[in-house]
Amino acid sequence: MKRNGEPEIRVGFYVCHCGHNIANTVDCAAVARYAATLPGVALARDYKYMCSDPGQELLRQDIQEHRLNRIIVASCSPLLHEHTFREATRKGGLNPFFFHMVNIREHAAWVHTDRREATAKAQALVHAAVRRVAHHQALQTKRAPIHPAVLVVGGGIAGIHAALTLADAGKQVFLVEREPSLGGHMARFDKTFPTLDCAACILTPKMSRVGSHPHITLWTYAEVAKVEGYVGNYEVTVRHKPRYVDASRCVGCQDCIKACIYKEPKFPDTFNAGLSKRKPVYLPFPQATPQVVVIDPETCIQVKTGKCKQTCLEACVDRRAIDFTQRETLERVTVGAIIVATGFKTFDASRAPAYGYGVYPNVYTALEVERLVNASGPTGGAIVLRDGRQPERVGIIHCVGSRDEKTNRWCSRVCCMYALKLAHLIKERTGAEVFNFYIDLRTPGKGYDEFYGQLLEEGVQFIRGRVGEVTDWAFMPEEEGHLVIRVEDTLAGYVRRIPVDMVVLAVGLEPQADAQAVRRLFNMSCGGEGFFLERHPKLAPVNTFTEGVFLAGCCQGPKDIPDTVAQAGAAAAEALVLLDRGYLEQEPNTAFVLEDCSGCKSCLPLCPYRAITIAPETERAVINEALCKGCGTCVASCPSGSIGQNLFTDQELFSEIEGLLAPAAAT
Amino acid sequence: MTTFAYYPGCSLKGTGRAYEESLLPVLAALGIKLEELADWNCCGATAYMAVDEVKACVMASRNLALAEQLGHRELVTPCSACYLVLNKTKQYLGESRAVAQVVQRALGLVGLSYQGNVPVRHPLDLLVNVVGLPAIKERVRDPLTGLKVVPYYGCQLVRPYATFDDQDRPTSMDRLLGVLGATVVPYPLKTRCCGGSLTGTLPEPGLHCAYILLKEAVKRGAEVIATVCPLCQFNLDAYHHKIAAKWGPVRVPTVYFTQLMGLAFGLPARQLGLHRGLVPFAFEAGARRPEREVVPPDRPPPATPACRAGGPLAS
Amino acid sequence: MIEIKRTIKYETDRVKGFGREVMSVPGCEQLEQCIQCGTCSGVCPLSIYMDHSPRQVMALTRSDFKREVLSSVTIWLCASCYACAAECPRHIRITDIMYELKQRAIQEGVYPRRFPIPVLAREFTRMAQHWGRITESLLVLRLLWRTNWLEAFGMWRLGLGLWRTGRFSLRHESIRQRADLTRMMASVDDVVIGALPPPAANHRRGAR
Repeated sequence: MKRNGEPEIRVGFYVCHCGHNIANTVDCAAVARYAATLPGVALARDYKYMCSDPGQELLRQDIQEHRLNRIIVASCSPLLHEHTFREATRKGGLNPFFFHMVNIREHAAWVHTDRREATAKAQALVHAAVRRVAHHQALQTKRAPIHPAVLVVGGGIAGIHAALTLADAGKQVFLVEREPSLGGHMARFDKTFPTLDCAACILTPKMSRVGSHPHITLWTYAEVAKVEGYVGNYEVTVRHKPRYVDASRCVGCQDCIKACIYKEPKFPDTFNAGLSKRKPVYLPFPQATPQVVVIDPETCIQVKTGKCKQTCLEACVDRRAIDFTQRETLERVTVGAIIVATGFKTFDASRAPAYGYGVYPNVYTALEVERLVNASGPTGGAIVLRDGRQPERVGIIHCVGSRDEKTNRWCSRVCCMYALKLAHLIKERTGAEVFNFYIDLRTPGKGYDEFYGQLLEEGVQFIRGRVGEVTDWAFMPEEEGHLVIRVEDTLAGYVRRIPVDMVVLAVGLEPQADAQAVRRLFNMSCGGEGFFLERHPKLAPVNTFTEGVFLAGCCQGPKDIPDTVAQAGAAAAEALVLLDRGYLEQEPNTAFVLEDCSGCKSCLPLCPYRAITIAPETERAVINEALCKGCGTCVASCPSGSIGQNLFTDQELFSEIEGLLAPAAAT
Repeated sequence: MTTFAYYPGCSLKGTGRAYEESLLPVLAALGIKLEELADWNCCGATAYMAVDEVKACVMASRNLALAEQLGHRELVTPCSACYLVLNKTKQYLGESRAVAQVVQRALGLVGLSYQGNVPVRHPLDLLVNVVGLPAIKERVRDPLTGLKVVPYYGCQLVRPYATFDDQDRPTSMDRLLGVLGATVVPYPLKTRCCGGSLTGTLPEPGLHCAYILLKEAVKRGAEVIATVCPLCQFNLDAYHHKIAAKWGPVRVPTVYFTQLMGLAFGLPARQLGLHRGLVPFAFEAGARRPEREVVPPDRPPPATPACRAGGPLAS
Repeated sequence: MIEIKRTIKYETDRVKGFGREVMSVPGCEQLEQCIQCGTCSGVCPLSIYMDHSPRQVMALTRSDFKREVLSSVTIWLCASCYACAAECPRHIRITDIMYELKQRAIQEGVYPRRFPIPVLAREFTRMAQHWGRITESLLVLRLLWRTNWLEAFGMWRLGLGLWRTGRFSLRHESIRQRADLTRMMASVDDVVIGALPPPAANHRRGAR
């Protein structure tokens, strides 16, 4: 085979046995013999393991000895060894894109049982490759520089840990948190399972390190508004919400809170799950980072009406930290990578009406009880009911909102363990009789099942059964005035009515309410349940389908603190890999716009990577090679056929099809 | 005047005739006419499902076919069991092609057919979501000021086919009674079973269901229970002497919500079938002080009626 | 005296295919998904009287323990309030499965003689099919006659009350086109609906 003005095409063809994987179903020798008959093929071999060192060496030598200028290997998936053979081709002195791979393992050997038919299919695939490879051009990979800074979104334990890891490695980190303080859900917990170490004691030091780290820029009460650019060069716009307090001047003395026109706290304290009250000007919690007060625009009279006496301002007259003229501001930063650690929200218990949350005052969610048992919580750590009584009997209901087709289908993973922890704390502090109602107890973790054993020893009761209903009406005299839990004790085989004073609902974890908006912001995907989707559940658990955007913590799926920290570390490591390499090697299989583009813009909304723009001077489409992933959508959709793609030119594709059909046409 | 097809069901011609007697004038007062299906037959109720589901479907489908023949857009049925059975039949016919074929063949034998295009609705749904609460409020002449009513929905209206309200915590009747001026007593048992037909077959468990409902209504200070279903009304009204003999007196009248509407509209009590209750109920509009205190549910219950030991768990 | 009974179950106690057969009936398919959590028993207002809880009935059905299920009082105590089906985290239509089991129990005749619930079901269907409508007072009288007629004397007060308030009637309610209804019902006498072919002759879904 010879093409005008170009040297003669000399294809080297190799078919790999892959041990028995391919050879058992495909007659490899027959495939090699068939290939040898095809035009342009100078050499055809079959070999046991092409990916082995001798196999690669064979390829390299053949290129030189037989003056080969195209290479085809028929073996496994390109995902596995395309890179290996391209390297071998390069070492033999050829441009690596003169190599082409045919997958006859997954596409023929593994999916067929008939040896004759599998061999015929492999031969057709090989024919297609031989036709195609003749049109291959020499291509160069491109390198793009990577900006050595990282944006971390979310200041819970995942974001904190990722930010510290990166900053300790010397990278510039921007940490954005939408609440007024760092800490996330973990800051609201009392103890952590199964070791029962105090959440604040282990979290607060990390929070203050973030606050004072020279490489971390901490933006609380701020949100990401816009993300542009591409891996290595993300342009991020951050929106700072007005907190009506100058963070650089406030020292957290809280004189303004004392001076507020509201003498008594009046509004529900969200940090305490509404179990206590706060004033319009408040510090979220004692260990808040930064130690800066914030003014709630929903309740502050001055912000709402401008008609307050502003006693807070008077109290802060020395520092002049309070500033009612503050307005929302925008700020832009450039980063090379982004770690999304936006966390979760707990299931709204009123969506499970059978359990009476919001109807009976003594039905609590687990998060509320976390605040009740917390020493800095609304009751100073005393576990008491809303009327001040100490409960004598407490029922903890597991799987609220989880494992239920009506609400959330998934297991939330942490509820069993936190329910055990709360059971222990309640038992320890009140001596109450504590019942756990569970479907299955899931305690797979280091020291977790041992903790369950400890609770059994402490005399906490475990009843296997999903609670049917919580009611306040009585069957029996001893039930009057109590909440009654109705459940089947499925191990004993009895339906039981159990009167209790307090019901704790172990609510599950679900995606943040704005997960879809965040997903679009960072161009990620979501699974069916709404958590952000990792690129591969096993092999790329912190990557997303967008290059340079990584996941950490519960925004990817429910997980406990140890797993969250491990994942945050992994995400930081993946970001470091990018940043430390300093550049990005890009596949040359990108699309390009030909001369005759009419500027119709129909390709713009179709590009999943937002790689296409219209150049203002020419009014033609321009494809950003750094963003293009070579998916081919624009190529196929261009009405005037004005977009081409490297490695997928019309010539290459049509000859591939012709080659594939050639054996059938011959018979 | 809007007209709907009307399927009364057997109870409304028998023990539940007060329901029909109050329903028709109340709807008429709101500009709605019900046209009774000519020669409708029993829906089959829950009993037929226990014997033969296919036959039950055939039986019920004749009514659906008759309703389609009548040409009105929607079919109204006040009995909860009929409401459930007719909707269930529609669901079966939609889900199972085999059942649908059998039913169509049977209907064909008598010159009928089923298209599946007439929705089955309950008067409560109709009143709250078609007529609307503002229109009802406008029609009120003698508000039920101060009357403490327990809204009791029972099971089969809200489960499993109603789409107009919540399966566990419905509020339609609560809101409706509120518009009539009544004081609605919070009642967490509002969708708990009344005992159904078990009151007649297995009195111990059946009547105990009714007893709990009555006891808790009295405990919460109710003066009357409002119901949407003839069987619920029967179970809560007719067995008082038996329940009293077993567990102690829990005397509170049970009426149809349409009877309360009629009273609030100023229609005469006799015309509303209010004389048919075994536990008599009388209400004189205007004779009340407005806004009386309601016992909140979490306060300790009043001394009477005592929840007596010897319930089913002790026995 | 303590009665000693065998409580262990052998494989021969199972009627293989029973569970599959029930699960092949339209509406009962979801039983496969049961996770044995016990929610059904926990919400069932009648479960306090049952020999097997609704959850156990689900498990026994799925495991082919046909005799145990069909002779259980549970299926008769179901008052069709649908609380279980509404709360089930796996969308299992438990009430419909109870109906299916009741049907099979009636077909096989495995319930105590004069047990009122199946008798009521039978009398109800007979009256409905014959007259086209139900006359409640007459139905109750027939039920008492077939089960425990002595009970009728205990009902005098109720009967009198209903009579006084005009809610008691001895005249049969009836439809005009009774022949139509009879033809329709007769046309489905031999119809079998189910995804699986009937394994035995008695699988026929007729009422007799």
